[in-house]
Amino acid sequence: MGTDMKREESQNKVLEIADLKAAAFEDTAAQIGEEETWCDQVKKLVRQNKLAAFSAILIVVIILMAVFAPLVSPYDPYAQALKDRLLAPCSAHWLGTDELGRDMFSRIIYGARISLTIGLVPTLISMIIGTVLGLIAGYYGGKIDFAIMRMADVMLAFPSLLLAMVVMYTMGGGLVNIFIALSLVNWAGTARIVRAQTLSLKEAEYVEAARSIGVKSRTILLRHILPNCLPSLIVLFTLNIPSAILSESSLSFLGVGAQPPSASWGLAVVRGKKYLFTEPWLSIAPSIAIMIIVMAFNFLGDGLRDVLDPYLKEQ
Amino acid sequence: MIKNVLKRILIAIPVLIGVVLIIFIMLRIVPGDPVTTMMGEHVNQAVIEKVSREMGLDQPLYVQFFKYVGNALKGDFGTSYRLNRNVTKIILDAFPNTVKLSVCAAVIAWLIGITAGIVAAINQNRLLDRLFMGGALAGVSMPVFMIALVLQYLFAFKFKWFPVSGYDSLACMILPAIALGWNSAGSIARMTRSNLVEVMQDDYIRTARAKGLMESGVIVGHALKNAMLPVVTMMALQISSMLSGAVLTESVFGIPGIGRLAVNAIENRDMPLLQGTVIFTTILVIIGNMIADMLYSVLDPRIREGA
Repeated sequence: MGTDMKREESQNKVLEIADLKAAAFEDTAAQIGEEETWCDQVKKLVRQNKLAAFSAILIVVIILMAVFAPLVSPYDPYAQALKDRLLAPCSAHWLGTDELGRDMFSRIIYGARISLTIGLVPTLISMIIGTVLGLIAGYYGGKIDFAIMRMADVMLAFPSLLLAMVVMYTMGGGLVNIFIALSLVNWAGTARIVRAQTLSLKEAEYVEAARSIGVKSRTILLRHILPNCLPSLIVLFTLNIPSAILSESSLSFLGVGAQPPSASWGLAVVRGKKYLFTEPWLSIAPSIAIMIIVMAFNFLGDGLRDVLDPYLKEQ
Repeated sequence: MIKNVLKRILIAIPVLIGVVLIIFIMLRIVPGDPVTTMMGEHVNQAVIEKVSREMGLDQPLYVQFFKYVGNALKGDFGTSYRLNRNVTKIILDAFPNTVKLSVCAAVIAWLIGITAGIVAAINQNRLLDRLFMGGALAGVSMPVFMIALVLQYLFAFKFKWFPVSGYDSLACMILPAIALGWNSAGSIARMTRSNLVEVMQDDYIRTARAKGLMESGVIVGHALKNAMLPVVTMMALQISSMLSGAVLTESVFGIPGIGRLAVNAIENRDMPLLQGTVIFTTILVIIGNMIADMLYSVLDPRIREGA
């Protein structure tokens, strides 16, 4: 009976603390107007940063084009027409044709599929790995923390492109291997940021409260700490996408990434490089495509950071 | 101070060991026998075994690892499969070209980045600021090879101001250096601006203004000194991304530097050369980061006194 009473007492105390906290929260919420909803934040983004809003629309358009590529592109991106090789941009072929007579415009539309998938999937995987490791390191501390963070130090010491090149050397070229390479290489940055946030969130009253009523560590991490890291993670995700896209195109440009006849933009640039002085659009057009998509994500990420995440901004 | 330096070196050692270990393992889980890859499928099995033995590839992995680390400490990174030369010598031959390129790129990045950052900060939230910061973010977003190709097309081919490729004169280095420095210039501009904007709100700036100093004096004499501290550190941290970018720049302009070595090593399946290049480059990055840390504490008296 004694323990039960004690538990009840501590639970009451926790509830009391929670009440106080809620009251304090309401106070501050009243001070700044009202609690910001998701919708408000979008409005704020649109109002504060027109460029970011425009980038968001641009990204949606690019995604739609990539998804509906067969409907949007005027030609089959893999169909060779040797009599039409190396045509200059004209009304039939908006961006000309490459050395095998394939329509560049169609190939660039299909290339968006590759860049977007590379941007989204490996980034997501690497960030999940980084988040899990960062949460564990920050929450449990001690030897686990030390081991994980030294691993992260090692990963961050490598020039990222060179490390990815080594992974590609080991596994061979091809898009699937780029997936694996980028997932393995890029987790460390996320782990560092999540760890730092976990360290400070761990000391928050509500986490202490949860711990004192005997909530399991895993639940605390997933229900109380992770949601508070989410704004930073969303911003980080948006900013990691362009660097993954750049990595893929760089690897493909160096010949260790996507292999022909893939429509990868990086591959298109390096193939067009041979004709730089005679048919410059062959390498410049896919380069501009890469720049546009990377820039859109960078502008959006920048805008999101200003709206969502005071923490990353201070860094 | 000396204690500080020693501490940083001690921290760097396990990272270095980790770096070597990861590269070593990754390059050895490559499918296929390295000797067969090197000599071709048709070669006699007995010959392959003999060569394997000579190169020490028949020994257990951990023996190979300790041997490699032992030799590396003496400055010996092994022998290239393809070129049959000492990897250290090959790297040291190529290294000066990469250094020349990176130093020129760094100078250009500093000049453009800091100037743009200051101009933007002075005109905070006005058109010029927006323009420069938009430009900086666009600069960060351009793939290195795109800038390289555009510069090559316009200034080497169309206007013929600079040579198309080569690496032996300053004129040859200008286009590659701009291509490589462009991204860094963007990040430096962004950082300079945000630091300067923050510093300008500090009390001592108000004091400087109150004693009747001209605005330019306030910025150069007081604000810039403090705003530049993090930028200096960032510059050293950018050694890493510069070396990544050098791989691409060297490949476009045909400069025989470290980056080209790595690309060639992959094309030729030359494992010792790739291993040596990546480890060498990463050691440079680690040393660069160490210097950045120390520089920060030397430049900032608050940290220097506190440490």
